Amino acid sequence: MFSVFRDLIRYNMEFAVGVVLVGAIVLFSLLSFISPVDPTAIYTTIPDMPPSAEYWFGTNSRGQDLFWHLTFAFRNTLFFGLSVALLSRVISIAVGLAAGYLGGWTDRVLMFVNDIFVALPTFPILVLFYFVLRSDLDMFKLALIMACFGWPYDARLIRSVALGLKHREFTRHAVFAGMSPVKIMFEEHLPYVMPIVFATAMANMIWSIGLEVTLAVLGFTNINIPTVGTALYWANNHSAMVVGVWWWIVIPVVLIVLTFLGLFLLAVSMNEYIDPRSRLRRMGA
Amino acid sequence: MSVTTDILTVDRLRAYYQMNYFGIEREVRAVEDVTMRVKANEVYGIAGESSSGKTSLIKVLAAAIRPPLRVLEGSVTYRFNGNPLDITRAAEEEIEAVRWRHLSYIMQGSMSVLNPVRRIGRIFEDFAFRPMGLKRDAFRAAVEAHLARLHLEPGVMNSYPHELSGGMRQRVTIALATVCRPEFIIADEPTTALDVVVQKDVLAMIREVQQALGSSVVFVTHDMAVHASIADRLAIVYAGRIVEEAPTRTIFTAARHPYTRHLVASLPRIGDTSPKPSLEGRPPSLAEPPPGCRFHPRCPIAIERCRKEVPILEEWPGEHRVACFRAHEAIPAGEILHLKRGSLQ
Amino acid sequence: MTRPPLLDLRDVTKTFSMGGMLSRRHVGAVNGVSFALSAEKPEIFTIIGESGSGKTTLARMILGNEVPTSGEVLFEGENIAERRGAARLAFMARVQPIFQNPFEAFNPLKRVDRYLASTARRFLGARSRAETETPMDEALRKVGLSLKEVSGRFPHELSGGQLQRVAVARALISKPRVIVADEPVSMVDASLRMAIVNLFRRLRDELGVTIIYITHDLATAYYISDRLIIMQKGYVVEMGPARPILDAPRHPYSQLLKRSVLSFDESGAGQIKPSGRDEVDLTAESLIAGRLEPAEDGRFVRLSKPILEPRQTAGAL
Ligand SMILES: Nc1ncnc2c1ncn2[C@@H]1O[C@H](COP(=O)(O)OP(=O)(O)OP(=O)(O)O)[C@@H](O)[C@H]1O
Ligand SMILES: Nc1ncnc2c1ncn2[C@@H]1O[C@H](COP(=O)(O)OP(=O)(O)OP(=O)(O)O)[C@@H](O)[C@H]1O
Ligand SMILES: [Mg+2]
Ligand SMILES: [Mg+2]
Repeated sequence: MFSVFRDLIRYNMEFAVGVVLVGAIVLFSLLSFISPVDPTAIYTTIPDMPPSAEYWFGTNSRGQDLFWHLTFAFRNTLFFGLSVALLSRVISIAVGLAAGYLGGWTDRVLMFVNDIFVALPTFPILVLFYFVLRSDLDMFKLALIMACFGWPYDARLIRSVALGLKHREFTRHAVFAGMSPVKIMFEEHLPYVMPIVFATAMANMIWSIGLEVTLAVLGFTNINIPTVGTALYWANNHSAMVVGVWWWIVIPVVLIVLTFLGLFLLAVSMNEYIDPRSRLRRMGA
Repeated sequence: MSVTTDILTVDRLRAYYQMNYFGIEREVRAVEDVTMRVKANEVYGIAGESSSGKTSLIKVLAAAIRPPLRVLEGSVTYRFNGNPLDITRAAEEEIEAVRWRHLSYIMQGSMSVLNPVRRIGRIFEDFAFRPMGLKRDAFRAAVEAHLARLHLEPGVMNSYPHELSGGMRQRVTIALATVCRPEFIIADEPTTALDVVVQKDVLAMIREVQQALGSSVVFVTHDMAVHASIADRLAIVYAGRIVEEAPTRTIFTAARHPYTRHLVASLPRIGDTSPKPSLEGRPPSLAEPPPGCRFHPRCPIAIERCRKEVPILEEWPGEHRVACFRAHEAIPAGEILHLKRGSLQ
Repeated sequence: MTRPPLLDLRDVTKTFSMGGMLSRRHVGAVNGVSFALSAEKPEIFTIIGESGSGKTTLARMILGNEVPTSGEVLFEGENIAERRGAARLAFMARVQPIFQNPFEAFNPLKRVDRYLASTARRFLGARSRAETETPMDEALRKVGLSLKEVSGRFPHELSGGQLQRVAVARALISKPRVIVADEPVSMVDASLRMAIVNLFRRLRDELGVTIIYITHDLATAYYISDRLIIMQKGYVVEMGPARPILDAPRHPYSQLLKRSVLSFDESGAGQIKPSGRDEVDLTAESLIAGRLEPAEDGRFVRLSKPILEPRQTAGAL
């Protein structure tokens, strides 16, 4: 795994750029741990100061230092994206491998459920959850709910790989060596789908963060938790653009675009690694 | 035509697998001091027992060198259109440029090359569509015609690899490697999964493509019968070294190396129920090869010198090279008898 | 009452449908195959045949991996397809496979010894490390390897021949009655091939294991097998004692097979000719029209026209 990473950095421009971008954002969000300010406190500094040597990203109309505030916002947002990705990966791996390897009846039921989740409209349902849970809707619950919507496409992808593996001779050999289906799925087949899992995890993070931002801007999440979405919500609430506090909106947007770009490049370059043709080229075929 | 030229020159090639597991170095000396030439328009056979390093040698020749396999010494030079290209030193792009078009490689166990979730037709498009530069319809027709030469129905284009039998998959990979009609074909055990009828037809097909294009084939198999029928010259590999090289006929009738003689004698035949002994002892570990001649622990005629010195490949009359200190001594009469019964009947 | 045969195939047929929506085709992979292997006398039963003639499919049905479209496969009198759960596991311990391609038989991303360890744990109930490793080492020694050489190695670090011997060793761990070996020697050199084939013979004679040996190599078939069947396009075209059949095949396809065996006489002449299969009537029609008829030496031959002395009976098989 590590050597793959090294090769990708060395030979793949997209991957290198992606790593730098995402790395920078992650470092930025880690700064929150040494932050001198409390992100939930308001009116701790002079409001509406433009970016300067003292306030790198300026301050907002609520009297918060935007630099430190955004470190928290990005930490929460990235953590949220990661949780959704992680949880939905777990579901898609379990469903995909089981459907692919066990086949038959299991496959049909799982794929039926899969199709239902594809068909359900995600956004209205999330809004519905907001109205039901209100202030009980913390980041983790939201992540859990979104994870339930984030797996179906990738489960299908994993299933198709597992289907191919099922017919390989080593799978039959494993059966006659007495390995149980669970063991075959999670020990023999899982390593083969890991590259897909990584690549789709990136795409999944883009999707979930995007959706969170949308929900938050519209006020359908808990607005007291600092995230990229709630930062924009408050900016909108204070008519930041109208009153000329442009940095309150532009800076988080630029940063989140850079994050997306980074994740996207990672996903694309990993895709290239997964593509059998390019892998075959490396095998010298 | 002028004198036949060497299209491939391998000079003192040494390639080892070098591994480092958590600080413990391990080295497998799979290719040791190999010098050989392959002429234009010939089939060069490589025979040897399992794990003698045939595939390793072939991987170097086919520029499919990946860690832990490393070339430590020597050169592998091709001459396509007169331009020498040493693939142990060439850049990846230069190798890419000759691959498939000039140099194709049929891998051992190559069924795993076939992507299990793609239909055969798609796999052909992936590999051969661009090198062949045909229109889509013409391309499909050409592929189908080529498959037919290998006794495969056009229907296999719509099948997934797992829907084909082992032999059918093997033929698909042969078709994949020959469809672009390359000048140099490297084939590692290409006919091992085939029945004798198809095997014969495939060998005839490879021979025909080879002669029609004047291309060269390096053909690796442990099956001496296959070598007998297709190879022009034959190299016998033992534990990473070439121990004997000669025109095929000579190998079967007048081999000088004791290992080659054993190999020829151990061939089973229909109608022959006499017990066929396998060679005493076990193939040497390439991680710790025996000193001196690597064959000496199993050699019936080994002398003290064999244990200490490494015999070099000596030239003999008639394009014959042998690496054995005792090759020039008269072969004992009993041995000759044994040889005759083994090789000619 | 006599014991039921070890393995009894009754008119087994398997049909696959393949291709896309538009070009759906049905492939008769195995057509009406019947034979029985005796429980008293272990033997080496060889299946020879054209590539794609259904040998692997037949083997997979015997292993219970594939369910016959019609007909049944009985192991010790019980239908294999009906075994589930613990019965299936017990069956698996008694009928073990060896696969065609040693490179494919092991997961390239995993170490090879895990297959051995898993077999020992699951079928022998081994718990401790020693309990697992003793039978592993024992089995590996039977094939001329040792646990030390194998443990911790990945498939790509072993040669084809080494991998195949590991696969044989793995099959031996659960002390099976039947080993189904699908082209077990096609990847190994003549000397080692004889070693494995001799090993099979020893398994039969010393351990009483019946071996179903699928091969393309007529010479080793001649050398070790007791009985054989020759298959073409899913049909058995000739069946009976091995040596008489290989000495003088009767069916046109069997004859073509024998003719196509590469000879050493012309070695180095580079004069390899196509097999001439076009001149032989190998169409499916002649097979469907034909019937397996008893013939001399206790063999059965599929011929379009019945040919033979009527007094011969089907008792031999
Ligand atoms: N990737 C690898 N890493 C370490 N050792 C390897 C690797 N590949 C092969 N070997 C070792 O190198 C030696 C030569 O193997 P190679 O595959 O070249 O043999 P071969 O002659 O092709 O055998 P076969 O006829 O069985 O295919 C063997 O001892 C094998 O275990
Ligand atoms: N899963 C499958 N789906 C569709 N067709 C199949 C499947 N498995 C096998 N077949 C077809 O059944 C026929 C017999 O295949 P099988 O693998 O049994 O041949 P074989 O005798 O083992 O050949 P070989 O000697 O090449 O290994 C072939 O025509 C093959 O295409
Ligand atoms: Mg090899
Ligand atoms: Mg088969």
